[in-house]
Amino acid sequence: MEPAKTVHVNQQPIIQVKKRKKLTTDRWMSILFLIPSVILIAIFVYGFIGWTGYVSVSNWNTIVPDFSFAGMKNYLYLLNDFRFQADLRNTLAFTVLFIALVIILGMGLAILLDQKLVRGESIFRNIFFFPMALSFVVTGVVWQWILNPSTGINLFLKNFGIEPKWYTDTNILAGFEWGKIEFGLPVAIIAVVIAAVWQMTGFALAMYLAGLRGIPDDIREAARMDGCTEFQLYRKIIIPLLKPITVSVIIMMAHISLKIFDLIYAMTGPGANFVTDVPGVNMFETTFRGNYYANGAAIAIIMLLSVAIFIVPYLWSNRKGES
Amino acid sequence: MGISKIRRPLLYIVLILFSFFFLIPVYVMLVTSVKPLDEVNLADMWSLPSALDFSSYSEAFGKLAPNLLNSFYLVIPATIISALLGAMNGYVISKWKFKGSEIVFTGILFGMFIPYQSILIPLIQFLREMGLYNTITGLVFVHVVYGIPITTLMFRNFFANIPDEMIESAKMDGAGFLGIFRYMILPLSISGFVVVGIWQFTNIWNEFLFAATITQSDQQPIMVALQNLSGSQIVQWNVQMAGALIAALPTLLVYIFLGKYFVRGLLAGSVKG
Amino acid sequence: MKKFRILLAFLLVVSFALEACNNSEKSTGSGDGKNNKESSKAAKLEIFSWWTGAGEEDGLLALLDLFSEEYPDIKVENAAVAGGAGTNAKAVLASRMQGNDPPSTFQVHGGEELNASWVAAGKMEPLNDLYESEGWNDKFPQDLIDMVSKDGKIYSVPVNIHRSNVLWYNKKIFEENGLQPPATFDEFFAVSEQLKDKGITPLALGDKEPWTATHIFENILLAKLGPDDYKKLWTGDISFKDDRVVKSAEIFAKMIGYINDDHSSRNWQDASQLVANGEAAMNIMGDWAKGYFVNDLKLKVNEDFGYVVTPETDGYFMVITDTFGLPKGVKNPDDVKKFLGVLGSVEGQDAFNPLKGSIPARIDAEVSKYDEYGKAAMDDFKASKLTPSLAHGSAAPEGFLTRVNQAVNIFVTQKDVDQFINALETAAQELK
Repeated sequence: MEPAKTVHVNQQPIIQVKKRKKLTTDRWMSILFLIPSVILIAIFVYGFIGWTGYVSVSNWNTIVPDFSFAGMKNYLYLLNDFRFQADLRNTLAFTVLFIALVIILGMGLAILLDQKLVRGESIFRNIFFFPMALSFVVTGVVWQWILNPSTGINLFLKNFGIEPKWYTDTNILAGFEWGKIEFGLPVAIIAVVIAAVWQMTGFALAMYLAGLRGIPDDIREAARMDGCTEFQLYRKIIIPLLKPITVSVIIMMAHISLKIFDLIYAMTGPGANFVTDVPGVNMFETTFRGNYYANGAAIAIIMLLSVAIFIVPYLWSNRKGES
Repeated sequence: MGISKIRRPLLYIVLILFSFFFLIPVYVMLVTSVKPLDEVNLADMWSLPSALDFSSYSEAFGKLAPNLLNSFYLVIPATIISALLGAMNGYVISKWKFKGSEIVFTGILFGMFIPYQSILIPLIQFLREMGLYNTITGLVFVHVVYGIPITTLMFRNFFANIPDEMIESAKMDGAGFLGIFRYMILPLSISGFVVVGIWQFTNIWNEFLFAATITQSDQQPIMVALQNLSGSQIVQWNVQMAGALIAALPTLLVYIFLGKYFVRGLLAGSVKG
Repeated sequence: MKKFRILLAFLLVVSFALEACNNSEKSTGSGDGKNNKESSKAAKLEIFSWWTGAGEEDGLLALLDLFSEEYPDIKVENAAVAGGAGTNAKAVLASRMQGNDPPSTFQVHGGEELNASWVAAGKMEPLNDLYESEGWNDKFPQDLIDMVSKDGKIYSVPVNIHRSNVLWYNKKIFEENGLQPPATFDEFFAVSEQLKDKGITPLALGDKEPWTATHIFENILLAKLGPDDYKKLWTGDISFKDDRVVKSAEIFAKMIGYINDDHSSRNWQDASQLVANGEAAMNIMGDWAKGYFVNDLKLKVNEDFGYVVTPETDGYFMVITDTFGLPKGVKNPDDVKKFLGVLGSVEGQDAFNPLKGSIPARIDAEVSKYDEYGKAAMDDFKASKLTPSLAHGSAAPEGFLTRVNQAVNIFVTQKDVDQFINALETAAQELK
């Protein structure tokens, strides 16, 4: 913990000593600043994750704590559980659809707004951004009504002869038997994706707009001089330049979608045949409603691992890039 | 020029169509919330109310007012404390780097991405031991702790824009660690505090998982109360929509008046380097 | 050495600062800090429940008033927790019990919800002496006392009774189509076919919360096994592979063929509404639905809607009972017993139940205080064989019920009897 700051060599010895001492107190002060947070994070993030891991290999599946060692029993149970398998399927479907749509819409709208042709750009921007200020709970409550098959938007669509069942649909698209479940794309998930996309597109849009603003005009000009059409300009030059932003958007959206809980809890719950269930909801109900604490802890640990797969390499590469 | 004449209307059409998609929920919320209950039925969902009836607001407000207050008691201290801790950490991590400070930073940052389910069981045990379970104070504590990563990240990125030379010259002038923080960094970071404050305010206001598991009934913040509104006897959609608007209003107002800072916070909290 | 000393001083400062934070947080709480709670608890009798809805809250308050009249010196605190039909309250209770901070007395469904949890954990006091001194042993039906007992010890006092095996139907629809409410499953399916042809949804279901479907299933099980064998399912004496259980599952599957499409987006109230407004003809729900029809939807019993027992359960009474017990470690057990004494008295039960819309658990209550449905239910209650409800936690431990609800949720969509029976059988391993 010796201060690593270099001291100016050409200074007089007496001052140097003084400086050194001062730096030392400053150094201690800086650590003093940091230490409460470090302790809190160490306990409440890492310590508690460890404790959850411990609970997940215990027998605490009753109302009264029981910390006897259960081995991998809780994990094995989950892997064979219809509900948890459905959770994994749903999360995968949700994540893929959600990220794809957010990126397509976010990037597309950003490119449209970035055209110099559009007046009133700030109005549109504000319209696309505002859902981000809302809670997933509010979003869930409102979309639950809009996409309710017997109220909502179907009253409109009925005139065109279509009446989707939205989140009450129990069909699985492109389904095939896999484990205990039918694997594929649950139709009901699409309803939840619509609500989530509605809320989070503004996020991607803001990022892409910032990115587009950062691309110097000369690049576009030069490309146009070379005879690029607008389409080619975007496909060949701009979109590849936005790649770091796309990576960030994917990471941010992936960790949101892997953790998602409140939107689904407020909007649909687990759904018939668990077509809209996700690990977050399952963990909540298993632990705090069914009192299967150890099973719930195991779900939480699996959730954590699935997020860590994305996040740790991302954080690692960022850290390397900085130093 | 000829192309842009076609392109411009086309652009507008596309943008307006998407605006509709984004505004549908607002329309439904607004229209439903000012309808009397007997007009809130399946067939009339999309039609305008025959007369404005704000009774659902008074009803929703009557039900949610205590929880609304809880939310303020929760959000204000949690935002201030977590922003201060974040500023302290960000200052050290960006301006007083030491060997391993980047690792510490990455270690803190990881806390921002974890699913909170993975710390929830011990957290509840801990709060119960401390007598903080089912209290707003406990919830404040939780949001302070788990707000540290994001506020640290934001302040670190913010302070990174303050040139190191300024710090160095201040040191030459004999200013110490605290002096620099107090007289140089803090005055320069007013807008940083605004951005972080808005971000934390919005996030804590909107948070649900901690609120739903750590607090019950009269201690609950508004989002949980809103969700519970739908679980009670008859679902009165007009009251529920009015409730949703009331619950969303504080963050919406912040967004409307300080939207620029909100978006800056979003960018600061998501990309780095 | 010097460094070490600085480090030590520094650690001291940090721990000091943390401590200070902690203290200030405790004291700035909204008057609900731990210290506060403990000092108030010594004096107050804390009645913990989830009765916050319209009628039930009135009932509770009437009961508390009655208690205060008799014991004006004892301070009572109504510690009701709202939301989620009791699930929130149960979570709070679990947390407090685990933290050895029990309320003076708390609401719990009689049966396994109490026996398999807090009684099994040794956290409840037996109440046999209270039953003796109050002379209750022949005032409650023996079946009911058995339900709230474990190994010969009685652990709680029932205050009210709801019935699970009731089928509600829209009178107008039945009259217009010349139909009789079904008494057997064959009749049920015959009626349903006719209704379906007319374009009316025969059976309304709202299983957004899956217990509503389990609620139907438990009543089929009761019909097919009879009360004695139904009870043996929960002790493991009869396997879920039993032919009659399989038969029940088949009937259940067939019944589900007649429900509304959007069942998973509705809760039980929404489903009852379908019956009320004539979109659906029948609904199987506990008799709290009567309160909903009458108080919330302003319908009249035997005019707008009618009721019969669910098919083939005549003479049986599927019981849901709210009870209160005495947790170990409370500071004022004598006060709690006084409260339980009022709760179990005729006056107490008659103060509470007419307002709540339930019937008394005692068999000697004042019949004239109850409405038409209540009177009929009280007669049935005395004459019928009583069985504990599965869907409401009385028949089996909560953990098992969670598993059953999951299996039912899957079954409602897939209607795969084999898979369902296997899931039940697997879950039943926890019963032993």
